[in-house]
Amino acid sequence: MTRDPAALLPSAEPVMLIDPSGAPTGLADVPDDDTMLAAYGALVAARRLNDQAYALVRQGRLAVYPSSHGQEACQVAAAQVLGADDWLFPTYRDTVAAVTRGVDPVEVLVLLKGDWHSGYDPYRTKVAPQATPLATQLLHAVGVGYAAKLRGEPTVVMALCGDGATSEGDFHEALNFAAVFGVPVVFFVQNNEYAISVPLARQSVAPSLAHKGVGYGVPGERVDGNDVAALLAVLGGAVAKARAGEGPQLVEAHTYRMQAHTNADDATRYRQDDEVAAWVERDPLTRAEAYLRGRGALGDDQVTAYAAEADRMAAHVRDGLNRDVEPNPDDLFDFVYARRTPQLEEQAALVADELSREDAR
Amino acid sequence: MTHEKLTMAQALNRALRDAMAEDPSVLMFGEDVGPLGGVFRITDGLTAEFGEERCFDTPLAESGIVGLAVGMAMNGMRPVVEMQFDAFAYPAFEQVVSHVAKLRNRTRGAVTVPMVIRVPYAGGIGGVEHHCDSSESYYAHTPGLHVLAPANAADAYGLLREAIASPDPVVFLEPKKLYWSKEEVDLAAPVPGIGKAAVVREGTDATLIAYGPSVPTALEAAEVAAQDGRSLQVVDVRSIVPFDDATVCEAVRSTGRAVVVAEAVGFASVSSEIVARVTERCFHSLAAPIRRVTGFDIPFPPPKLEHFQLPGVDRILDAVDDLQWEDS
Repeated sequence: MTRDPAALLPSAEPVMLIDPSGAPTGLADVPDDDTMLAAYGALVAARRLNDQAYALVRQGRLAVYPSSHGQEACQVAAAQVLGADDWLFPTYRDTVAAVTRGVDPVEVLVLLKGDWHSGYDPYRTKVAPQATPLATQLLHAVGVGYAAKLRGEPTVVMALCGDGATSEGDFHEALNFAAVFGVPVVFFVQNNEYAISVPLARQSVAPSLAHKGVGYGVPGERVDGNDVAALLAVLGGAVAKARAGEGPQLVEAHTYRMQAHTNADDATRYRQDDEVAAWVERDPLTRAEAYLRGRGALGDDQVTAYAAEADRMAAHVRDGLNRDVEPNPDDLFDFVYARRTPQLEEQAALVADELSREDAR
Repeated sequence: MTHEKLTMAQALNRALRDAMAEDPSVLMFGEDVGPLGGVFRITDGLTAEFGEERCFDTPLAESGIVGLAVGMAMNGMRPVVEMQFDAFAYPAFEQVVSHVAKLRNRTRGAVTVPMVIRVPYAGGIGGVEHHCDSSESYYAHTPGLHVLAPANAADAYGLLREAIASPDPVVFLEPKKLYWSKEEVDLAAPVPGIGKAAVVREGTDATLIAYGPSVPTALEAAEVAAQDGRSLQVVDVRSIVPFDDATVCEAVRSTGRAVVVAEAVGFASVSSEIVARVTERCFHSLAAPIRRVTGFDIPFPPPKLEHFQLPGVDRILDAVDDLQWEDS
């Protein structure tokens, strides 16, 4: 039996509901004004957080920051289409998605501040620890979703990765496992054109990354990654299908990493300024603002109010990151196992002894 | 007390069945573990008894199997997965090392991934390439994992039950060549737990330290030595991680001489770790340097040559003879 692949194929062009000038394309209904205003508010906060974190690296308060500047619409929509009992699986570049879902930004940035590998309780907000290895977390997302499915819970899992991660074996294993077991996972690929320095053409010559779903029997869709309205519609639709029992969904967003991979990277070595400039015109924040202003749903007062709220969040981030936490050497040994092994007891005692001799000096 | 004659394979099967009956969150999955019952029949009958939601076949992808288990463990399940053969577990290595072993530490104990990764391992069954690796050192070198290797049916049952109940992930190494060895077992009788070695034969002249497939060989060597008037003690390590320094060192101190027996390649291995640990702790009790009888530092040989690689009774007794006896 050959199943008809037509239903699995993405649209020929990425779905766009609002064009870069802020005008509706008419392709489908834009989400209602309340939904769009909530998204706009989150976009303002998102941009502010990216800028703030970038500044904190320059000030030496963060070791490094992989910015999602330019990708904020993807970040915001991925979080906002989920319900309270759903799960989000972010990568290291998805700080903003975790924050939009409700994790304290100071806790998210613990990883990059260097106090610990992860700073939040994943169960409180149902946000998995940010994944640093590529694509490995997609399988965890499938496992979380499958466990929920076996218990009859209506959980949907949003699993994030980038274009580079689609070359990893775990990306393929995750899509295949999810499809075979009918697990409600939305695989959301933010195609930002680069994996550090390597352009998309060196990752794949598939018609699009969304087409990769066909090989696994997973429906794919493409969306303009700088159009928050289209993202809310497409990702929201994918979540609804997954929740309705239609199995995993694959969504590729076409977006662009406006800044370097991290502050440690020099993007001028592999891409031209005019390429970057072309994407400035497609900025997700100005597009959403132009749309809402055009409808009379957003005025100067509200713009100022959202900006002020974002500034308060940024101040909270600065305060949190400027507070030095005294590292506790017991932490080195306390979380490796449920109980320390005899060997770890010995090693912890050695560190304690070193410290006591330092204190005595 | 209900003594039964069971093979190690049957004891493992019983452990899985009892754990699944007791706790609905215990799941079993992997390649061919469903209706077939696994290539070694360790999961025989589990799908029939518990349904295909509790014991099921997955697509053929080991990273996928372990990664799926991580997510399921994050979300309230206690997965037991089977890697079909030792060397076929390598595609899962990143999941094991970067996530299974580290998630608890990464999240300061917020996320735990209780799971058991069962690995039929080691040689002695005439297996072709990729079916005979002793891979314990890779796992033992990774903090965050417990690594167990039973050498008899009673331990196979008891340790697997404990591994499934453990809050920490366990790599459970099943010596393939012992799967079919039958013995009297009382499944209700408790065995020493995770982290405990056991003295399985008393002796006064020297201590043989072994685990997994090498334990019966060490016991056989001790039997032969006894006929020659030499009394060899045998310690079964059982729990490679956590390692039971106390029991092993007490045994070595009581005899003053030791040989470590392991099938794995000797270089940078569990056996070299044991020698280092015992030497650091028992130096003044030792009458001779500790000797090792291990696999050579070569890829596991083809079936017709594997007997050269496996520690045998003669090689063990030769090593014992080298322990600087005063009468020789």
